[in-house]
Amino acid sequence: MTMRHSKNRRGRLALAPVLLAALAASASAWADAAPGATACTGCHGPAALGSAIPSLDGHAADDIVAQMQAFRSGERKATVMDRIARGFTEEETRAIAEWLAKPEAARHAQP
Amino acid sequence: MIVVGGGFAGASCARALKQLDRDLAVTLVEPETAYLACPFRNAVLAGLRGIEAQTFRYDQFGDIGLIRTRAVAVDAERRRVRLEDGTDIGYVRLVLAPGVDLRFDALPGYDEAAAAIMPHAWKAGAQTLLLRDQLAAMPDGGVVILSAPANPFRCPPGPYERASLIAHYLKTSKPRSKLIILDAKDAFSKQRLFEAAWQELYPGLIEWVPLSSGGRVTEVDPATRTLVTEFGSHKADVANVIPPQRAGRIAQSAGVADQTGWCPIDPVTFESRLQPAIHVVGDAAIGGAMPKSAFSANAQAKACAAAVAALVRERQPAQPKLINTCYSLVAPGYGISIAGVYQPRDGLLAEVEGAGGTSPLEAPLSVRELEAAYAEDWFRTITSEVFG
Repeated sequence: MTMRHSKNRRGRLALAPVLLAALAASASAWADAAPGATACTGCHGPAALGSAIPSLDGHAADDIVAQMQAFRSGERKATVMDRIARGFTEEETRAIAEWLAKPEAARHAQP
Repeated sequence: MIVVGGGFAGASCARALKQLDRDLAVTLVEPETAYLACPFRNAVLAGLRGIEAQTFRYDQFGDIGLIRTRAVAVDAERRRVRLEDGTDIGYVRLVLAPGVDLRFDALPGYDEAAAAIMPHAWKAGAQTLLLRDQLAAMPDGGVVILSAPANPFRCPPGPYERASLIAHYLKTSKPRSKLIILDAKDAFSKQRLFEAAWQELYPGLIEWVPLSSGGRVTEVDPATRTLVTEFGSHKADVANVIPPQRAGRIAQSAGVADQTGWCPIDPVTFESRLQPAIHVVGDAAIGGAMPKSAFSANAQAKACAAAVAALVRERQPAQPKLINTCYSLVAPGYGISIAGVYQPRDGLLAEVEGAGGTSPLEAPLSVRELEAAYAEDWFRTITSEVFG
């Protein structure tokens, strides 16, 4: 990646303003991913894969939060999700769910 | 942005950087035309799966630049990567994902020539097929010896999954044979689950010799397929020597590996503790409790990409949370797993207490079957995400 740099008043490298604006404009949904959220897609892929591990595409955030709560409390039986859900607070879970509820195209890695 | 190494970590990172910001120029440096994945390689050894199911070509990388050569050196001060063909390329930030190198200097008698007789099969590919073919050629009643290294190494449950699937092969094809595990450790990943399953599925077939009983191999003689331990010698018909490992070679020449051979990193950004603007992800990195697995590599790569994209925009990188899930097959249709959630604490990636752990010790076969199915589908999903 090539960039034009300029020094700001504190002597630190600063990106040229025009370039900074371009970077901000090109930032994708991934830039807003809540901590932990992008790890989910390692197992939960697009529905088209037809995996035994359910796709999270098309799920509402409230639904994902409720399922994670049920995994955490043990109300919903699981193989690994109970162990993983216990690693996230309510707040973290909500943030992840909001991101997972974004349109599918924004979440699955595409070259 | 330059990413060196096209395994689970490097390929994930290149893709994630592009996903984060279409305007970033991302280049992946990888000499091979295809990647041979390690998860499920033990099923190949046992004749349960073809090597083609492990093979992923680099032809789905869109507008990520691919340089098909080997990176051989890094000038951290001038921020340039030297390629095998003598050219060099500059970077703003560099991600190194070199995986592991096997240490052919750590075990007397075990060098590259010895590996042609006593395969390590710890990198998927020709070594996997060599060990598979040796097992296939072994007469019934033969002794297979697997030697497992001390921590840390790539895929902590790997030797024991391998022992399980070799035992399955022996039980079904060569029932008078025996498998001995010579271990440089007194404990291993998912141990209680593995041992319970061995007792149930392969009674009397697998003998595990821990460190305290003389399991540590101190020398090998490839000419006679002999493994020497502190307590005596063992002669094998087939010997699988998994030697100690370290970060891949470029990490050493870039100055990001410490005296342990691994690369200490900042747990938020995965930036090297030793060199600025170089990030290290995947098996080569050490930074706390996260095991060296494909899932870890993928999760670390995405977190690293997010941090790099933030740093490039002069934003504060967010504190990441990472997940690892690692499945092992004890037999076809019998899967077990370990999971963990990790976050930065005191400069390391620490396990979130109360989360993670292994599959239940007591579980009906239906649970083991489900985990085996999940293992297969996890592999399909992650390789589709990483390699397209």
